[in-house]
Amino acid sequence: MKMTPEEYAQRVRRVGPPSSLFRDCAWAFGVGGAICLLGEILRQRYLAMGADTQLAGTLTSCTLIALSAILTTLGLYQRLAIWGGAGSLVPITGFANGVVSSAIEFKTEGRVPGTGAKMFTIAGPVIVYGTLASVVYGLIYALLGMAG
Amino acid sequence: MMIYLWAFLVGGALCAVGQLLIDLTSLTPARILTGYVIAGVILSAIGFYGPLVEFAGSGASVPLLGFGHLMAQGVQKAVAEQGLLGCLTGGLTAGAAGITASLVCGAIAALLGKSHDQN
Repeated sequence: MKMTPEEYAQRVRRVGPPSSLFRDCAWAFGVGGAICLLGEILRQRYLAMGADTQLAGTLTSCTLIALSAILTTLGLYQRLAIWGGAGSLVPITGFANGVVSSAIEFKTEGRVPGTGAKMFTIAGPVIVYGTLASVVYGLIYALLGMAG
Repeated sequence: MMIYLWAFLVGGALCAVGQLLIDLTSLTPARILTGYVIAGVILSAIGFYGPLVEFAGSGASVPLLGFGHLMAQGVQKAVAEQGLLGCLTGGLTAGAAGITASLVCGAIAALLGKSHDQN
């Protein structure tokens, strides 16, 4: 029986589990929520140790990044990502995973063209467009300040 | 205790939205992360994200939207202190710790780590 790719995709969708979208989202919710809960536990610890809000936030991010880097180096974060999907991608740990996994993956291509350059495969666009957006907001904020 | 519950629920919800974007559109992970940071800057600029961080703590600040919020707050503070020059310094200054920590971890991991199957 011959089928076009569209027909085949349609058939897979019909035969496959109907709730895969719901299941994916539930996993993303659980894994992402758990990472954020861990972040909040760390943040409350740092606050209890006397850090101000800003410092506690910075320390929390850095701790999560280091944890993600360790799990990525051991090959464990990738396993979490199979189940967690966006739940492991969207938190800051996913950003760190993108940097660290590219750094390791491309080290065979050399320290500079491999690790050094490829580290920015995922981090680069995030930093570039995040910075651009902040510059645009800064300009608007400055102009509003002058006008007001 | 409620802050832990809200951190879980809000963080989970922001991640579930990301999963919907992955499943329903053909956006790649890099595009989703980029979109989240830009959205974070915009949501912070219109005054929505600050209160959400107050409310949900790490549930709002740990997802990459929070990174955008951090950059937006940084640029706002820098412009208030230094005027127009602040546009060029505020965003990356605020994001410096997260970016630097990631890069240092990446460099160390490349020294120590072996390549794993990424699938």
